[in-house]
Amino acid sequence: MKALKNILWELWLPIVLVGLWLVLSAGSKTFYFPPLARIMDKFVHVWFFDGILKDLTPSLGRILLGFILALVVGVAGGTLLGLLRRTEEALRPVLEFLRSTPGVALLPIATLFLGVGQEMKVFMIALACTWPILLNTIDGVRSVEPVLLQVARSYRMTMWERIRFIYIPNASPQIFAGGRLSLAIAAVVMVVTEMIGSPGGVGYFVLNAQRNFDILSMWTGIIMLGLLGYLLNLAFRLAENRILRWHHIKNA
Amino acid sequence: MNQPAANQELPAPQPGQTLLSVRNVSKKYGPNEILGDISVDVRAGEFLCIVGPSGAGKTTLLQCLSGLLAPTSGSVSLRGVEVSEPPAEMAIVFQDYSRSLMPWLSVLDNVALPLRSTKMAKAEIKKKSTAALEEVGLAGHLDKYPWQLSGGMQQRVAIARALAFEPAIVLMDEPFASVDAQTRSDLEDLTLKVKQHLGITIVLVTHDIDEAVYLSDRVLVLGGRPTEVVDLIETHLGEDRDQITTKSTPQFAELRARVYQEIRRQTVPAQS
Repeated sequence: MKALKNILWELWLPIVLVGLWLVLSAGSKTFYFPPLARIMDKFVHVWFFDGILKDLTPSLGRILLGFILALVVGVAGGTLLGLLRRTEEALRPVLEFLRSTPGVALLPIATLFLGVGQEMKVFMIALACTWPILLNTIDGVRSVEPVLLQVARSYRMTMWERIRFIYIPNASPQIFAGGRLSLAIAAVVMVVTEMIGSPGGVGYFVLNAQRNFDILSMWTGIIMLGLLGYLLNLAFRLAENRILRWHHIKNA
Repeated sequence: MNQPAANQELPAPQPGQTLLSVRNVSKKYGPNEILGDISVDVRAGEFLCIVGPSGAGKTTLLQCLSGLLAPTSGSVSLRGVEVSEPPAEMAIVFQDYSRSLMPWLSVLDNVALPLRSTKMAKAEIKKKSTAALEEVGLAGHLDKYPWQLSGGMQQRVAIARALAFEPAIVLMDEPFASVDAQTRSDLEDLTLKVKQHLGITIVLVTHDIDEAVYLSDRVLVLGGRPTEVVDLIETHLGEDRDQITTKSTPQFAELRARVYQEIRRQTVPAQS
């Protein structure tokens, strides 16, 4: 009952907004802003299920692959740098510089070396996603309670056990915070790389539709991108609620 | 780190034998000499309390005993083996229970965690952890998180974690300093019961003179600057102790007065 109430509370505004869009755009004669009803018709026609197979699946695959790569590199690298304080201090300016450089600025050079295909796209997504996870992991690993490390020492835990049972769990709230940021970045980089890269993917679909003056299809692509981002974030939140249950109850 | 991973490889220590030997231990931080020249033999099966005025370096001494801190000079040995890192037969209970338990693990997993470093089978680990939690009266709270429990119960979890490891000796650093008086008495009695039941050796640091006398077979009184051994008193209070009857015996009052005087002599400078 309470869950249902929560869902309704989350949904009422989107429903109102879509309703408004539907009503206000109903009589639209402009070429660029067609009535929502027509966009919805087209949406079903374009995306179920040819579009989903042809364009959504590759996009989703890229995001997930890039994000998982970033997660592995970010958590492993962040843990290492979190433990090696002196090394991290020496690298900090470089890391901050790299993080501050917008990921997509490297697109020209990435296309030179990796081409315009899958490798380049996944690489760009992974690269841009790594920074928030890496830097957050460093902070999370640093913030371990010193008494816990004494406990670990007194029970003769190995370094690997300390990483697995103390450092990473301690950093997990920060890792998730970084991951959520990274996921949003992943969606942006995915669209950009698809727009400049080889055919395939929702980003390419949107650009291609626009070039062919298929404005209706273009709008369905944009809506699809919104839905994709929303659902990815939802899935991420569900995973977080499960894994960080202790953290959420503790701080409730 | 090349100590035997499994416990109990040596035959069980005989009661009365020297288990932990502290020889001329001193500790300096730069020019500050904290511990002077401390020697004491901890006997197997005894309850030894280390008591002294605050700032006397009691915790420093305990950390030297455990191998968490290296003494500046002197040595600590457990059954003849020099202690340089916490040995496998030793468990430590830290003062700050709220920070010594992992908030992301359930009570049971907290207790089981140190055992996972050993080669023990999973079922065995669970059995031992559950038994240790039963021993401290927490059988009904296995699946809770530690921070969902009261302070006294959290310290019980920490004690269970030490017991599950089946150590020969447990070091406790002011373990009951941050719980209320009633809980404190309960935990003292629990510790006495567990010690008798399992036949372990306990070294406990406290600033509370009543607690030290009540728990101890022997009380080690520290004092002076740098800190040295002022006295080592056999309490002869027997096995069965009770918060009310034991504490109202003349013997208890006498011991208490003696320790009190020794500590006061250390803290109030003699008038000249």
